Amino acid sequence: MKAKGTVFKYGSNVDTDVIIPARYLNTSDPKELAKHCMEDIDAEFVNKVKDGDIIVADKNFGSGSSREHAPIAIKASGISCVVASTFARIFYRNAINIGLPILECEEAVKAIEAGNELEVDFSKGLIKNLTKNEEYQAEPFPEFIQEIIAADGLIEYIKKNKN
Amino acid sequence: MGMTMTQKILAAHAGLDSVKAGQLIQAKLDLVLGNDVTTPVAVKEFNKMGLTGVFDKKKVAIVPDHFTPNKDIQSAEQCKLIREFAYDKEIENYFEIGEMGIEHALIPEKGLVVPGDVVIGADSHTCTYGALGAFSTGIGSTDMAAGMATGQAWFKVPNALKFVLTGKPTNKWVSGKDIILHIIGMIGVDGALYKSMEFVGDGINHLTMDDRFSMANMAIEAGGKNGIFPVDEKTLEYVKEHSTKEYTVYTADEDAEYDAVYEIDLTTIVPTVSFPHLPDNTRRIDEVGDVKIDQVVIGSCTNGRIEDMRVAAGILAGKKVAKGVRVIVFPATQKIYLQALKEGLIEQFVQAGAVFSTPTCGPCLGGHMGILAKGERAIATTNRNFVGRMGHPESEVYLASPAVAAASALTGKITNPEDIA
Repeated sequence: MKAKGTVFKYGSNVDTDVIIPARYLNTSDPKELAKHCMEDIDAEFVNKVKDGDIIVADKNFGSGSSREHAPIAIKASGISCVVASTFARIFYRNAINIGLPILECEEAVKAIEAGNELEVDFSKGLIKNLTKNEEYQAEPFPEFIQEIIAADGLIEYIKKNKN
Repeated sequence: MGMTMTQKILAAHAGLDSVKAGQLIQAKLDLVLGNDVTTPVAVKEFNKMGLTGVFDKKKVAIVPDHFTPNKDIQSAEQCKLIREFAYDKEIENYFEIGEMGIEHALIPEKGLVVPGDVVIGADSHTCTYGALGAFSTGIGSTDMAAGMATGQAWFKVPNALKFVLTGKPTNKWVSGKDIILHIIGMIGVDGALYKSMEFVGDGINHLTMDDRFSMANMAIEAGGKNGIFPVDEKTLEYVKEHSTKEYTVYTADEDAEYDAVYEIDLTTIVPTVSFPHLPDNTRRIDEVGDVKIDQVVIGSCTNGRIEDMRVAAGILAGKKVAKGVRVIVFPATQKIYLQALKEGLIEQFVQAGAVFSTPTCGPCLGGHMGILAKGERAIATTNRNFVGRMGHPESEVYLASPAVAAASALTGKITNPEDIA
């Protein structure tokens, strides 16, 4: 699995309330949610984002509420991958469960700047910065989690293992 | 090597003699919970699996509490979807308006969680039940769907932080809320990321169950996977009053390993306020300065219990809220509402000029029943003060205890309850 795209860069503690404010949670339609993704922290995000683009953020990305609408909104907006120094744990689980690839890599976050072009190989945990001609190595997912991702999320994984 | 309290509960539910931090396990679930925001997504995922029913009709709980009583047509449609699912799958613990409450106050009150349980809930404040000596943690909708289907969930066994609480609070206005805000201020909003927060020490003897619920509730605000208290006489008294379920008491091994140990001297804690826009941005009440407020919100899964109502009503009784300040009180459950009615608290709130609402999560997450306009400020007994949490992205939320919130209602600015008498 690989992703390639342009970077949107954010700081620490990007919480789920700014990723998708609760006032829009009266629907779970991914397209509707995507219209308001990152609205309270970056009003231009929805106008600028292109399919394949990548979010890079510092510590504790996705903190706060358990709303799966947050990774759903990010995925539906076209984002292919989120790289952060650390993720809040519920967001981490939710992203894996819905098939939004994420990687933790502090070194990459420090070096990458907004607008950089990245190529990410999830199975190896390798992040290539095409703009700066640099490489950063993230810890790849444990095998068990790679199986969930390979099955296209937790529900498909359970279906597969049930049969 | 010994295990923490959390690790012991997880080992028992994974059918293992022991587990260690970092290990991936499959654990059996005693309860799977969802609300009206997260359950619709879970139902969609559940239906993809083509199953006829949930793993156990007694072990699933669905509580429409966030946008209820339904705030608009879309919310009504979401509630209808989960109501029909609950009826179709004959889920025993579906709580409709009239018997519902804010889930994390309701679930313990209904006796659905007891010591030693493993609970997952599609709501981040599911960690509240750690107050009862259970392992409980927030997850998302897909995990809820998988939990309803299989009765199991995967977990990475967490490392732990130990908080040794000593002494008795000397400031009469200090509650569990002030202690947990102090702790979050000390370790930061990611200070316990992926970890258990285990509370121990003789100071716990001085904390009521309502204090402990408030504290375990906000473990997530430090990034924690769960917050957990040892089981003592107060816990067992609560359990016997509310539940007939069998329980198991687990205690941490003496040689259990902790990433860090923090000593918290409760005699030094004072009322504490979290400034915008993070819960760890805390200040002692005497360092708050002059902060004018437009709205006061008293309630939520953190502080909507009967003690919270009593403390706030006690401060407001026989007085009037400051002119121009909107005061919204919302008890967490119907039982608490009724108790407040019987004790005359509702009359005290209304006479003082506050409104008293049916149970709902509404204002806490900027859903309905108290949204802030641009530039407005609220002091709230809720749990999050993120950008836009209670309304406009340029509004502000200050987190505090019911005592500080009620005192502030009288003056129109953030106020030390000690100064009101």
